[in-house]
Amino acid sequence: MSNDPSLKDKLAEDARELMALPGELHIDPLERKWIFVALGLIGVFVLAILYTAFAKHVHPPGEMETLDSARLHLGGEFAEDKLGVVTQPDGSVKVTLVAARYGFYPREIKIPAGQSITFRIASADVLHGIHVPMTNMSTMVVPGYASTVTTTFPKPGEYPMLCNEYCGMGHDHMWSKLTVVSQENWRSGLTNTQSTGR
Amino acid sequence: MADKSFKTLILAHLWVAFGAFGLACVLGFYQVLERSGLIDFIESPGVYFASVSTHGVLMGFVLTTFFIMGFGYLVAATSLKTPLWNPKLAWTGFGVSAFGTVMAAIPLLLGKASVLYTFYPPVQASVFFYLGATLLVVGSWFWAAIMVVMFNQWKKAHPGETVPLPMFAYTANAVLWLWTSAGVALEVVFQLIPWALGWIDTVDVGLARTLFSWTLHPIVYFWLIPAYIVLYCLVPREAGGKLFSHDLARIAFILLLVFGLPIGFHHLYMDPEQGKGFKMIHGIGTFLVALPTLMTGFTVIASLEKAGRDAGGKGLFGWVGALRWRNPVVLAAILAFLMLIAGGFGGIVNASYAMNAMVHNTAWVPGHFHLIFGGTTVILYFAAAYAVWPKLTGKSLATGSLALVQLWTWFIGMIILSTPWHILGLLGQPRRISSVVYNSLLTLAWDPYELAMIVGGAVLLGSALLFLHILAKSQKRGEPVEEASAEIRYAESEPPVTRVPALLNGFGFWNVVILALMLANFGYPIAQFFLTKTFGSIGWGY
Repeated sequence: MSNDPSLKDKLAEDARELMALPGELHIDPLERKWIFVALGLIGVFVLAILYTAFAKHVHPPGEMETLDSARLHLGGEFAEDKLGVVTQPDGSVKVTLVAARYGFYPREIKIPAGQSITFRIASADVLHGIHVPMTNMSTMVVPGYASTVTTTFPKPGEYPMLCNEYCGMGHDHMWSKLTVVSQENWRSGLTNTQSTGR
Repeated sequence: MADKSFKTLILAHLWVAFGAFGLACVLGFYQVLERSGLIDFIESPGVYFASVSTHGVLMGFVLTTFFIMGFGYLVAATSLKTPLWNPKLAWTGFGVSAFGTVMAAIPLLLGKASVLYTFYPPVQASVFFYLGATLLVVGSWFWAAIMVVMFNQWKKAHPGETVPLPMFAYTANAVLWLWTSAGVALEVVFQLIPWALGWIDTVDVGLARTLFSWTLHPIVYFWLIPAYIVLYCLVPREAGGKLFSHDLARIAFILLLVFGLPIGFHHLYMDPEQGKGFKMIHGIGTFLVALPTLMTGFTVIASLEKAGRDAGGKGLFGWVGALRWRNPVVLAAILAFLMLIAGGFGGIVNASYAMNAMVHNTAWVPGHFHLIFGGTTVILYFAAAYAVWPKLTGKSLATGSLALVQLWTWFIGMIILSTPWHILGLLGQPRRISSVVYNSLLTLAWDPYELAMIVGGAVLLGSALLFLHILAKSQKRGEPVEEASAEIRYAESEPPVTRVPALLNGFGFWNVVILALMLANFGYPIAQFFLTKTFGSIGWGY
């Protein structure tokens, strides 16, 4: 205990010095102005991020949720018969995928444009990443953890879903097909279908 | 300058660094060629991924670590004007690092460690790769210890005096490296090595990625600080002027040290194992650490402007033309800034939290770091080599204006390489693919950019070989330089340094701040893996 007060005093002394620091520095007036400009720039960027995050709810994926990647096939959310596109009772669309060397399964899926889609993805083996080019549908797929992404695809069309994390010698070949259909086509063609793309 | 054996020590470090760099450039050229799909018979994922892994390790770990150690000893001895403390220990560190490099290089070149320089469990490499990489880092800890001891001994012998700026900044780098390397060391020692040896069956990949992210951001400052020391401490004098500021330079290095560390989660924005809240906090920290770089840009450009005006440059931009464009150190600084501005812009996109989704793991990312690291940082390593080579070898640079050609071609090659690389990323091309086999119309748009990258790679390889040629030829055949010009002379500052506050003359307090920030930003994110039941992964081949 005898050392504690001296360490505390030392830190308190340092803190006092820290407060006094700005006054002791030799700063050119131009440099002082530039620091305010730089801080202003940084402030604009940070505020833009905070605005889109809290007012527009644009976030990256990220909720720590564990699963056993070695037992996906034995049952539960990521069992083979549960994969694919499902329209929930409330009308929202959920896509469940397994990422495994070398594809995202099921390999071809169809989803509606212009509405929020939630993807649930798990890896059955190693590290993978999934990205639909030119969109913000992106997440890492880490063995042992479930990935969740929610996004909206405004434009109908055919998109590749590419694996964007090195996963082995077949990595170049790891991709699946995503078809985004317009709302009218989705409603007329798929109202009775629970899932597609098996 | 000091004795011959000291110079041999420095030259040994620099030759290992630049030799690794030359080999890595050859591999880099092969990679752009293979990736383009232009030449059928070199298509091979096996060779490609072994090559990418080796290229990354040689550039990111071997070039950097050996250059930083060697240049660091030189800066310590010449700025403090004392002999190197404990040269035997320095040689031991060199030996451990070199042995580790060879041990890691063998499995890498044999394709037994194609796990990329970021390790990426649960794909598993030969245990010798992990052991070699560990020894490379352990050797660098000898260096860090020597730097800290020399810093403290000098302060004790010169009470109340201000530690010279080059040594202050370099010691900040040694302290930074000790903090930085702890993350990856924990991953390798407690997870990867026992797992590769079969002592444990599984590793928690989420924990491994979190520990690696601890290292992954500040390591770039470990690479960058010596480059900034060139800008602050060598460039102003070479330009014929003085350093515009002094106190703020120290603040910039302290900010890099303190805020560079607790922000690694911008590498994990797209990962599931960490929450949004911590990602956002790390993201804001990432923007704050732009401040010291913006300050550096201002201070160094102001120093150049003053030198240009003293040399007769008039008008708003006349001073630019009056700069010493034919001085390699000044030219490298100018080119470094041009690449830093472009690369910094890209970095802001990467750092932008949710927007990162658009570019994460696309070709944009290697485009970005080749511009910032391969461009800005490495061109300043060239500048440092050109500045110190005559002092180390006692011979002048033998090749006249070849050094200028080398720097310009490096710059032009890097622009030709990295511009299409960024565009490919925006067009959705993933990084780390060895060929394009997706049956999708999108990929047709990629072809012309891949061809342009081959040109960039070829120009860069030519420039790299020219660099090695200049160093080798000067050392062998250069004209002897006079003893008087064999001292390294650092830039003086304007106004001259008088006394700086104690906080800007040591690191004790800042280490406490770092500890607090690391606990706040990494404490719970690491602890969560032990508080919840997690599921590890067995090892996988590739």
